[in-house]
Amino acid sequence: MDALRSTDPRRTEPPAPSHHGLTDEDVPHPAVAAHDLSLVFQAGDGPVTALADIDLSIARHDFVSLIGPSGCGKTTLLRVIADLAQPTAGTLLVDGGTPEQARRDRAYGYVFQSPALYPWRNVRRNVELPLEIMGLPKSDRQRRAADALKTVGLDGFERKFPWQLSGGMQQRVSIARAMGFEPDLLLMDEPFGALDEITRDNLNLHLHGLWQQSRLTVIFVTHSIPEAVFLSTHIVVMSPRPGRIVEVIDCDLPRERTLAIRETPEFLAIAQRVREGLHAGRSYEGPEAA
Amino acid sequence: MAQIAVATPRPPLWATSRRLGGQFRRGSTLPILAILAALVVVWFAGAVWLNAPRTIEGFERAELDWTARDLVAATWSMDRPVLPTPAQVFADLWENTVERSVTSRRSLVFHAWVTFSSTVLGFLLGSALGVLIASGMVHVRTLDRSLMPWVIASQAVPILAIAPMIVVVLGNLGLTGVVPKAIISAYLSFFPVTIGMVKGLRSPDPLQLDLMRTYSADRRQTFRMLRWPASVDFLFPSLKVAIALALVGAIVGELPTGAQAGLGARLLTGSYFGQTVQLWSALVMCALLAMVCILLVSLAERLVHAARGGRP
Repeated sequence: MDALRSTDPRRTEPPAPSHHGLTDEDVPHPAVAAHDLSLVFQAGDGPVTALADIDLSIARHDFVSLIGPSGCGKTTLLRVIADLAQPTAGTLLVDGGTPEQARRDRAYGYVFQSPALYPWRNVRRNVELPLEIMGLPKSDRQRRAADALKTVGLDGFERKFPWQLSGGMQQRVSIARAMGFEPDLLLMDEPFGALDEITRDNLNLHLHGLWQQSRLTVIFVTHSIPEAVFLSTHIVVMSPRPGRIVEVIDCDLPRERTLAIRETPEFLAIAQRVREGLHAGRSYEGPEAA
Repeated sequence: MAQIAVATPRPPLWATSRRLGGQFRRGSTLPILAILAALVVVWFAGAVWLNAPRTIEGFERAELDWTARDLVAATWSMDRPVLPTPAQVFADLWENTVERSVTSRRSLVFHAWVTFSSTVLGFLLGSALGVLIASGMVHVRTLDRSLMPWVIASQAVPILAIAPMIVVVLGNLGLTGVVPKAIISAYLSFFPVTIGMVKGLRSPDPLQLDLMRTYSADRRQTFRMLRWPASVDFLFPSLKVAIALALVGAIVGELPTGAQAGLGARLLTGSYFGQTVQLWSALVMCALLAMVCILLVSLAERLVHAARGGRP
């Protein structure tokens, strides 16, 4: 495992320079920096290593996908970054501070696997929820909610209730909710996993546009190779038992992307590398891994 | 041709009132009426059966010749029958509700109002107490462990045993009238609300709670914006049980107080003086009052449901 990590040069390099024109001098620290991060939890039949020796640096304005089979700890890693789970060893900095601090500062928006909308609130009031918790005045809340809904293309649906929307629309509401309070970091846990292919393509395109405009940092958990390649600037390939990083693959396609890019040789080459990485991860599976 | 996806508007709230008409068309009204008619017939027959011995006794004492027809007529028109007929009960109800001024001490509307007011007061007190206990148990682990046995034990004691004590103790403190009755009502009605709300306040799933955590919402915000609204679906069924129990509590509370007013007092004097017709009409009034109470809670439930998106 150590051999594997040291053979991967990308991890030891400084965070990739951002591709856009903004300067990052005033914010030198990366969006997320993990060092030797581990998480072991006690299950009924002994300790289970959910994360082992995670070293990862995510630069601001990057779009990073965590990909891997079920049980590789990608969701756990996201939850640790969000301070929803506690690591048992190692250090983790989010936005230069502890994850708890980042959570208290509301530095990130979290999009769950299911939309997790509150069914008793209409669309507008669902998007307003974090703003209400932050104590914003009503007029401010309404303006921001309206803006956020417009960015996900749901203006006009403010007064609908979640049950009146399709699954894709519900997930867009949850993205609007996560963006309404303008966090710097967006954590997305398989947000489109439960949706059909067509809706998924649509939302991928949409999310790509959003990220392009806003210059958010996005950490995106997914099962899907094409989705990861299409959206990301970097792809973190993970493997299970114990959950660890196999490889970080640069995804240096042009920043402007359309769905057609998925047919290009460059795209397919990166997808192939991801696939190989996933296979390499699997070959490490075995009793010695624990 | 291409207009496939025409949005169907949601039916307005008033459309639900059509259900009654629909019920008749679907043919469910007829069976309901048939069962009602059967019950009335059984009741009339029961009146003959139960009242016959005393009637025959009366006939024999007066040394009268009597036929079956005489017997039936007599059993259906006794002054103090063992079992009055529905007609007698209805006549008494009519006389004491419609034909009597509501300010009269003999008006059943007046008595029902007295019972209703202490029911509502006790219901509100009990529900508030139930919500309070439930939120305490959900938020404080030690309360969860220590309070539940007492809550359950409180309901294992028969209310008939406690009611006189409450009335006497509060009477010594100078509290009489509606307050002791309301407290007995509250004592009964807090229980279902506590049970329902403990479940309801714990009903948010981990994801919904995680969401609150990502916003670093404090406990009060989580309660106000998540736990409380999530518990509403559990609250209303509890409230329906609670208001029915509150009514029982109010009636029971009127028995030992020697109260001059209220349906409980009516029941007590009815049985004390053998006024069975009065007893039965008071009982029917209790049942009607219970229906009104439940209806009011259901109405509130519907309004709240509509305001929360009205998912069918």
